[in-house]
Amino acid sequence: MPIGGAPSRLAPRPPLLRWCLLAAMVVGMLLPIVPLALWSFAFRWSFPDLLPERWSLRAWRYLVAPESQVLPALRDSLLLAGAVTLLATLIGVPAGRALGMYRFRGRALVEMLILAPLIVPPFAVSLGIQIVFIRYGLADTFLGVTLVHLVPATPYMALVMASVFANFDRQYEDLARTLGARPTQVWRLVTMPAVLPGLVVGALFVFLISWSQYALTLIIGGGRLVTLPMLLFAFARSGDNAVTAALSLVFIAPAVLLLALIARFLGAAPAAGGIRGL
Amino acid sequence: MFWSADPERPRIWLMLAPMLVVVILLFGGGLFFALIQSFGYLPLIGQTSVSLGAYATVVRQPSFLASLALTLYIAAASTVVATVLAVAVALAIRATTRGRQALSFIFQFNLPIPHLVGAIAVADLLSQSGLLARVAAAFGLIDDPGQFPVLVFDRWGAGIIAEYVWKETAFIGVTVLAVLHAIGPEYEELARSLGANRWQRLRLVLLPLMLPGVLAASVIAFAFSFGAFEVPYLLGASYPQALPVLAYKRYTAVDLAARAEAMALCVIITLVAGAAIVAYLHVSRRYLRRESD
Repeated sequence: MPIGGAPSRLAPRPPLLRWCLLAAMVVGMLLPIVPLALWSFAFRWSFPDLLPERWSLRAWRYLVAPESQVLPALRDSLLLAGAVTLLATLIGVPAGRALGMYRFRGRALVEMLILAPLIVPPFAVSLGIQIVFIRYGLADTFLGVTLVHLVPATPYMALVMASVFANFDRQYEDLARTLGARPTQVWRLVTMPAVLPGLVVGALFVFLISWSQYALTLIIGGGRLVTLPMLLFAFARSGDNAVTAALSLVFIAPAVLLLALIARFLGAAPAAGGIRGL
Repeated sequence: MFWSADPERPRIWLMLAPMLVVVILLFGGGLFFALIQSFGYLPLIGQTSVSLGAYATVVRQPSFLASLALTLYIAAASTVVATVLAVAVALAIRATTRGRQALSFIFQFNLPIPHLVGAIAVADLLSQSGLLARVAAAFGLIDDPGQFPVLVFDRWGAGIIAEYVWKETAFIGVTVLAVLHAIGPEYEELARSLGANRWQRLRLVLLPLMLPGVLAASVIAFAFSFGAFEVPYLLGASYPQALPVLAYKRYTAVDLAARAEAMALCVIITLVAGAAIVAYLHVSRRYLRRESD
């Protein structure tokens, strides 16, 4: 240890500065949620009161009332994100297997092609493709919106599964085959159990990508497919702070729940380095 | 990694095929049709001639340069602030012994929160009658909402930047935490045993090791915030508008000829975002080459 060095290896930084920084981080991260929570239970909350003058469940009651259209939007959002997750899994898992387990000519090109949709703004792409969707009757339809959500979702699934399969030893499959297992048995009894944790995490992320999507649904759905984000945007523009706040909380609840699930599934903090646009 | 002989090649491409169909048809198709429409090729409305007219129209509008400058400023400012905060907080979390897991969770809890909700929350927090203005009033700093600085729907995109900083700090921070975890304590201990002080260990050992990962996350954050639509659409001023908002406005204009201009704007957005990525690849390759010398 150099002369005048820190007395303990565990306290290398001035603790006061570090505590201030960490306290500021906690406040900064959580502060934006505070007005949402307060507004959702506010009946009247005018300036300059720090807390609402009158509390009420009006906003929450309105959310479940038929005229708010929240329940149909919730159903459509769930169906859409579910369909996107299913398709992205069916497409992304084999692609991930190919990328993670095999070296082949053209692999670098394929990797570049898969990364491109995660980097180029999907907004520009969806404006460009809308004209084709109109021609083939896909614009303003559930199927059309599902397809355009696949653009950011599928590459994500493929990349997650590529890293999962890169750590999977194919000799287990060969062994099972030698012992007489049929291909479906090999997948069901050997491969799937090994890749399942990664697959679940990838599927949860893909679900969230679709769940949070506003711009792509707006452009291809043309306002006909009303998902939760579409409704939320309309409320935000209407200026009803209480209902907007309550719906915001409904909208983020599954997201935060899924993050907690992922954190448990991975056993530690998720290394979600690649989630973009969430 | 398991090598495979040629007989497997058809199977590999079969596994990749659905993915390539999605990327080439939907993504590539989208880019392609944005490009030809930007050249004025719009058979739907009877335009089959090709020209750069839409680009000329777009670039000549005085609002274009203001929009480009605003969009670049928002993306650059939010990325720089978020990167500095993310590195500082991640280092602080790393140096903490107690409560590290809880701090990490709070640090990344907003990752799955959609930008749309972030924008709504920032408006409720920073607007002239928002929570911060009320706190300022409680301390007697202001008497009237009009005295609070305009931070939302403002000319300089302060609200938009605040939302991106909130989200991107978590995004870059998670990457930094993962990178720090991968680096491990050994390099620092070696530097310490050679007599490096705290500042030297940070500047000469940790930061250079972190740089590639941090840079990659920052570039992704920059490209995203440059091309994202909903936050400036919700929190932006009516003038100047961010480029994606401008593109969407031209796209939904009644005048069908404006569609080519919308597509020209999309191509410009894609080119700038792409240029950021290419610049990053160039820098990182040079950096890595210098490392291996």
